Amino acid sequence: MSERIGLEASHAAAEAVKMADVDVIAAYPITPQTHIPERLAEMVADGELNAAYVPVESEHSAMSTCVGAAAVGARTFTATAGPGLEYMHNVLYIASAMRLPVVMTVANRALSAPLSIWGDHSDAMSVRDTGWIQVFCQNSQEAFDMTLWAFRVGEDPGVLLPVMVHFDGFHLTHVTEPVILPGQEEVDKFLPKFRYPFALDPDKPMTLGAFAPPDIYSEAKVAQEVAIRKSKAVVIQGFREFGEIFGRYYYPVEPYKTEGAKTLLLTMGSFSETAKTVIDTKKDRGESVGLINLRLWRPFPFEELRQAVKGAETLIIFDRCISFGGPGGPVSSEIRSALYGEKEGPEVLSFIGGLGGRDMSAKDFEYVIDRGCEIAQKGSAELFETVGIRGEVTGIRG
Amino acid sequence: MKENLIQFGKNLVTTEEFLAEGHTFCTGCGEALALRLACKALGRNVIISNATGCTEVCTSPLPVTSWRVPWIHTLFENTAATVSGIEAGLKILMKKGKTPEKDIKCVAVAGDGGTTDIGIQALSGAFERNHDFLYLCFDNEAYMNTGIQRSSATPYGASTTTAPAGKLSIGQTTWKKNLPEIAAAHNIPYAATASPSYPFDLMNKVKKGADVKGPAYVHIFSPCPTGWRHATDLAIEIGRLAVETGIFPLYEVENGRYKLNVDRPKLKPVKEYLRTQGRFRHLLDEEIIRIQEHVDEEYAKLKAKITCFAS
Repeated sequence: MSERIGLEASHAAAEAVKMADVDVIAAYPITPQTHIPERLAEMVADGELNAAYVPVESEHSAMSTCVGAAAVGARTFTATAGPGLEYMHNVLYIASAMRLPVVMTVANRALSAPLSIWGDHSDAMSVRDTGWIQVFCQNSQEAFDMTLWAFRVGEDPGVLLPVMVHFDGFHLTHVTEPVILPGQEEVDKFLPKFRYPFALDPDKPMTLGAFAPPDIYSEAKVAQEVAIRKSKAVVIQGFREFGEIFGRYYYPVEPYKTEGAKTLLLTMGSFSETAKTVIDTKKDRGESVGLINLRLWRPFPFEELRQAVKGAETLIIFDRCISFGGPGGPVSSEIRSALYGEKEGPEVLSFIGGLGGRDMSAKDFEYVIDRGCEIAQKGSAELFETVGIRGEVTGIRG
Repeated sequence: MKENLIQFGKNLVTTEEFLAEGHTFCTGCGEALALRLACKALGRNVIISNATGCTEVCTSPLPVTSWRVPWIHTLFENTAATVSGIEAGLKILMKKGKTPEKDIKCVAVAGDGGTTDIGIQALSGAFERNHDFLYLCFDNEAYMNTGIQRSSATPYGASTTTAPAGKLSIGQTTWKKNLPEIAAAHNIPYAATASPSYPFDLMNKVKKGADVKGPAYVHIFSPCPTGWRHATDLAIEIGRLAVETGIFPLYEVENGRYKLNVDRPKLKPVKEYLRTQGRFRHLLDEEIIRIQEHVDEEYAKLKAKITCFAS
């Protein structure tokens, strides 16, 4: 029996972890992730969740403990944010290369210095190439749904990869919204029991994490790349199965009122919902605009993106991260590269804003779209433009 | 009846080898010998988490392995955290009936760099959280795998590649970090020092540490012919001299109670130990006197603890 209740996104994710009957949680507190491990610790203390809660001394040890637990076949979860994600960076590669399906929530947070506990996507972008499957959430419901989905996909015998579920620090982690919680029997139908085929076991001694000389390393890494590319089929299958059981359907790339639109805005995470209201207003005014919410970040949905932007003239990418000294926002350079060589592909424009918790209001998104249309007509020498940032320099030349 | 390996050792040590032949440790390596003995003491029902270092590199070049027991290597600095996960995972899986109940020993293996330097935070955390595991530190007193760079376990006066003896330096200018005491200060149920020169004592301690409920730590003296610059047939003799001079006393701390395992009425002069190794060759008498004074002082402190907190 499902129920609709008010839940903070952090607590919604914790509910999903509980319903997944997770075995080991290893976490270190960092704002704005804290409500997730706090709620899980409470569940374990009250006997609502039969799991080991390991209160580790750092994020580095959080991920290392998850790696150890997953290697003996435990269903494993952790959560972190910003600097914590950076601190465990080294271990992220271990989890993916050793094919250990750890699930992690990242409460997206800016990186120091200056210290900022507030949200942006600098942390997410810095772990782009760690070999994890990665998705972004727009609201509390998705925080629940994507967390549950992450176990299903990561643990699939044909995948065996760790999954990162990103949701925006404060803008989402601390927001209470109506969430539909499914019944346990529906969850059990969706998520099979975890059977890790390579669990460490004295009855079947195995060497895990041997070192690779140059004549093997390349093959090992390419095999890993093949595995994450292949995982996209299961990612989509997981979305479909989720929709069939719970009635909410998700896609790697989610177009919103894009049909026939000349100008498209692309966003990720919770800001997509704000941007949708702007699209509604502009549509009402008769403007030819639409929105793309990019849900799946890794493996990157090349084909779905190309389909989604077909026919558009301008594609405005909104990034919440700077690639210092680079070609613009990391998402925009990724998408430029994905669309490179496409006949009649849209012109890709890069905008950066919403850094370190700076809010992006509907007005700001209106500005982004208007300014994008203006650049599309008149052209611009800038590599990218910033939004809502004080000071004379608003654009950066290449 | 409690097994006592010292008394009945010859009859109790298995002829089975869990660390297979064909590894690539240097000729005469004290660590390889100690590891082999430790594995015999641990037996088959074990999962080993190995930090990066000599042991890892010498036993696991893909696509072959020397390990006949389940073994995992992840990184250099996190082996105590990895073993925490293994222990927590096994315990909850057994509690939930997802894995059959079995007494599996969770063991971490690391060198002195992985323990006293880069891994000390993870180790301290794992001790404090009271995981049921045994941590074995194989101490060859420098980063030998990367080429004899100094660690905080390198002894005063030793010449290494990053603290070389030179016109203005005696080499290492700091005293060796005392990890066994740091481990004992966590009030864990078992901490001990051991040496492959005293094989039954070593195996006895490894077994004790594995059997005890909660965290256990065994710090194993591991002579390194390559890094210490001594002949390859001297590892055992040097290990004995380290004990006989009081440089590396063999003791254990069981639930806070201290016990000296090899107690000699009179210690040999440290010079006898120092002169066996090229890494100390440059030391002048005044430095040797300073080392003697330090060893005497530390040994007296240990004796005082043994008197105070006898088992």
